[in-house]
Amino acid sequence: MERIPILQMGDILLVTIQVDMHDQLALTLQDDLTERIRQTSARGVLIEISALDIVDSFIGRMISTISSLAAIMDARTVVVGMQPAVAITLVELGLNLTGVSTALNVDRGMKLLQQPDDTRHDD
Amino acid sequence: MAALDQRTLDLVNAQQHSIVQNWVASLSADVQEGRLSKRELDAQTAEFWTLLLRAIASADGANLEGDAWADIRRFLEDLSRERVLKGFNSSETATFIFSLKRPLFDVIQAAASPETLARDVWAVSELIDSLGLQTVKAFQSTREEVIQRQQEEMLELSTPVVKLWDGVLALPMIGTLDSQRTQVVMESLLQRIVETGSQIAIIDITGVPTVDTLVAQHLLKTVTAIRLMGADAIISGIRPQIAQTIVHLGLDLQGIVTKANLADALALALKRTGQIVTRAA
Amino acid sequence: MTTEGTLPVRNEQDVVMARQTARQVAVGCGLRLVDQTKLITAASELARNAVVYGGGGKMEWAVVQEGLRKGVRLSFVDEGPGIPDLDLALTDGWTSGKGMGLGLSGSRRLVDRFELDSAPGRGTRVSIIKWA
Repeated sequence: MERIPILQMGDILLVTIQVDMHDQLALTLQDDLTERIRQTSARGVLIEISALDIVDSFIGRMISTISSLAAIMDARTVVVGMQPAVAITLVELGLNLTGVSTALNVDRGMKLLQQPDDTRHDD
Repeated sequence: MAALDQRTLDLVNAQQHSIVQNWVASLSADVQEGRLSKRELDAQTAEFWTLLLRAIASADGANLEGDAWADIRRFLEDLSRERVLKGFNSSETATFIFSLKRPLFDVIQAAASPETLARDVWAVSELIDSLGLQTVKAFQSTREEVIQRQQEEMLELSTPVVKLWDGVLALPMIGTLDSQRTQVVMESLLQRIVETGSQIAIIDITGVPTVDTLVAQHLLKTVTAIRLMGADAIISGIRPQIAQTIVHLGLDLQGIVTKANLADALALALKRTGQIVTRAA
Repeated sequence: MTTEGTLPVRNEQDVVMARQTARQVAVGCGLRLVDQTKLITAASELARNAVVYGGGGKMEWAVVQEGLRKGVRLSFVDEGPGIPDLDLALTDGWTSGKGMGLGLSGSRRLVDRFELDSAPGRGTRVSIIKWA
């Protein structure tokens, strides 16, 4: 079964979505990511979507869910690389990805994840 | 519109050479003034004539919206587009059609009997009038299309996105905004943000006298989109009248930061992006 | 050049195909990028609805002309249970399943023309048009 690869960079997991995902693939990614966070105790998840021409409500829900699940496991999620046309469409669609942080690119996303988070517990 | 009867059709067919010759002659003023070349005019009249003969001979001859007239409608659209771009006005363009009346009447008059004359002239008149109106309609649509495209181009030129500082873009908007133009400009702003990786975009509306609901909504949607992408926006230069409109319309600015002028917005943007400007010692 | 066609929308792979077909037609019709994106996103929502709530159906696509403008029309048809309350279905947040409830109402905002024909026992037909 095809899966979307998840890279580990230190304590951050990086996912680059480059294919037009069918629903099952998206759900598999969700499961794989949460499992990897658990395995690695990752602090952050970076989801790179610059190759996505379309983000519909299903993908939007997937992103929100990943963000919520990651938060429960004490990891922050940042979505990077959203294309202008996608952003405009999401706003029109009425989909607000509440609770999901975004950044323009991987570089900025990493900086965001490395910033101290006030809600984190002391280890 | 009545269909032409067979007798009239035969007559027109038989005399087509002289009809077209007289028609082209009446249009020669345009050629003389240099707006059209003789070759272009000959080609256009020849093509139109062929299409016209075909259309009026068909069973569908009476209904201008029917399939038989599709080629002619397309021809008139293309003709209108070409004339718009050349700077003709609508009546000058419609003259292409209307000047066909005289040559046709002359031929019919010469051959008709008193009883049929009135009816034949009326049928031809109706046909030419319908075609003339169709031309005017096509001309107006095309002209609107061309104007709109030119406006968009002018707008892109006159509303450049400016890099004010590292990571800070500014979009100074000038003049009255309409919904369509605002969308185009906003899309290019978003594009530039991604291209330059800028963190903050300042949308300055000092030069905008009034804002209506649609434009205000577009502004808000644009800022929301900018935030979704991971950057942020500041709106500067809101005049008292616009502030009143916003309050009056009950628009919720949803935590969007606004500043009275561009300078204040820049100061804030620099602070936000962690940059400091110091005076040289 | 074909200006119309139909494809089945019965499972999630078909939803992907529907998106790709919508993209091809939109590009061929000369839609601007943002308009393409909006149309394909709407297509994705409606195709998924047909699969998830309609028990599967089909997408009919066509290039249409109105006066001097050209556009893309997509119709999503299913023989499912139909929508009992159309007004309710078109309000944001309504959902009959575990969705975010934006499929129908959201799609409507993305397109220029939106027609919904549905009733219990009669299946559902949603047609959308986006002009170039």
